[in-house]
Amino acid sequence: MRTRGLYTAVSLISLIVLPFVAGDFYINLATQVLIAVVFSASLNILVGYAGLSSLGHAAFLGFAAYICAGTTVTLGLPPLVAAVLALAGTTLLAAIFGAIALRASGLGFLMITLALAQVVWGLAYRWVGLTNGDNGLTGLTRPHPFGLSLDSPAAFYLATLLITGIALTVIAILVGSAYGVSLQGTRDQPRRMAALGHNVWLVRWTAFIIAGFWAGVAGLLYVYYQRYIHPSVLSMATSAEGLLGVIAGGSGTLAGPVVGAALVVILKNYASIYIERWNMLLGAVFVLIVLVMPDGIVPGVRRLLARRDR
Amino acid sequence: MTVPALLIENLHKSFRGLIATNDVTMRIEPGERRLLIGPNGAGKTTLFNQISGDLLPGAGRIELFGTDVTTLPPHRRAHMGLARTYQILTLFPRETLLRNVELALLGLRPGRWNMVRPLARDRALVQEAAVALTRVGLGGLADRPVAALSYGEKRRLEIALALAQNPRLLLLDEPLAGLSTEERETVRKVIADIPRTTTVVLIEHDMDIALDLADTVTLLQFGIVIVDGTRDSVIADPRTREVYLGH
Repeated sequence: MRTRGLYTAVSLISLIVLPFVAGDFYINLATQVLIAVVFSASLNILVGYAGLSSLGHAAFLGFAAYICAGTTVTLGLPPLVAAVLALAGTTLLAAIFGAIALRASGLGFLMITLALAQVVWGLAYRWVGLTNGDNGLTGLTRPHPFGLSLDSPAAFYLATLLITGIALTVIAILVGSAYGVSLQGTRDQPRRMAALGHNVWLVRWTAFIIAGFWAGVAGLLYVYYQRYIHPSVLSMATSAEGLLGVIAGGSGTLAGPVVGAALVVILKNYASIYIERWNMLLGAVFVLIVLVMPDGIVPGVRRLLARRDR
Repeated sequence: MTVPALLIENLHKSFRGLIATNDVTMRIEPGERRLLIGPNGAGKTTLFNQISGDLLPGAGRIELFGTDVTTLPPHRRAHMGLARTYQILTLFPRETLLRNVELALLGLRPGRWNMVRPLARDRALVQEAAVALTRVGLGGLADRPVAALSYGEKRRLEIALALAQNPRLLLLDEPLAGLSTEERETVRKVIADIPRTTTVVLIEHDMDIALDLADTVTLLQFGIVIVDGTRDSVIADPRTREVYLGH
């Protein structure tokens, strides 16, 4: 327990110190990792704790990003209003998508989430009047909360780190709460949960909405980081990368999506420097992980450490 | 006339032509101990599944404490005071015994929607869960994971989840199945100690113990109620001997 606290303190300090010692390339890479962490952590609520595998989670990230960019650039709304609108709109979208997708479970649920996300993706491409289609939306500037400029990579990194910290803390609290434990109950034994008086559908729907909300937060970070949004963000590849992060790191664990998302982003950035077909390398690495540690890196390493201690 | 704990009228259920429940009518009074017997495939568990709401009947009605619940989802029936156990163990295998019972207690409390407070810090809930475990003799194992339990202990946990809710109507589906003689005695005592404020319907094949626990008996075959009445009258009935006890 004591060493664990020490590890946490050391990693937290190095995360805060990082922008003061590293170059812009690494700071930006770290920011991308953090955004992917928030996205994967939000998806983990569904995949890991509710036991509902979604392949359409990018819809919420992209939707929030588009609302934010659209209302700011096209309508000229202030950033705070745009952010609130984006999160409210994304939460509402998650409520609607959840109500549709939860008519099924298992593979059916996966396919419906995928189909719904593809609808959003298609709209972003084709509704040119609203989204500027394939050209994407440009001209977004980063906000200045409390008069602080987030224009430098270091400043934006620190802001992202703060929000990531909040997101992970809130999700950790959720998982240990009565609701979080009940949610895991509906994952493992839905029939029993219903017989015990839990409204399984409502528990799952709520989880879907919460997951959508945090994906929206990731979307806001994403769009302000890029200062640009293109329909490809809404593609299945984004959803799949998030899912890979969850599964590779270890679904249903708090640290899993953090490790997994970091791995995906770092591999993607480094491998793409050396080989054009970096996707193939990514695929190979994940096949290896699944072969060696079927339930993900975090549970796998934990088991190794437990074996060593014995 | 008092309001029955459970009233079933002309219930029908069939699976692709196979009739599992055929015009079943039953009336169970508050506090009664009813034993459901019948050969395998007689439709006993299917009847339980319709009472609990896991299955919707094809026709007929079900009343719980005077309220029509025929189309009510299972969780709503639980809130009316119905609890059940399963013939096939239906526990939360990754959790500890304490967590299992906590989930049972949470099912009926508004606090189950709390997203902020750590569940482990809910002292009152932990205490109540520990009491429920002690009731079935598992008090010392509260922090063990379910996977570490013996089969007999799992059977008792299965009952503890239902009992913890202090139900008004309890459906026990073969609580003695697969238990050793010693474990049977433990579970028999747990069932015998259930207060009369809880109505109990029991499916069981172990006649030595089950008949001892029952006030009344219903014999089912091919989904039809063959004999229905007080324990002694059903035992004495020649049809009981022919269909069931004769084997």
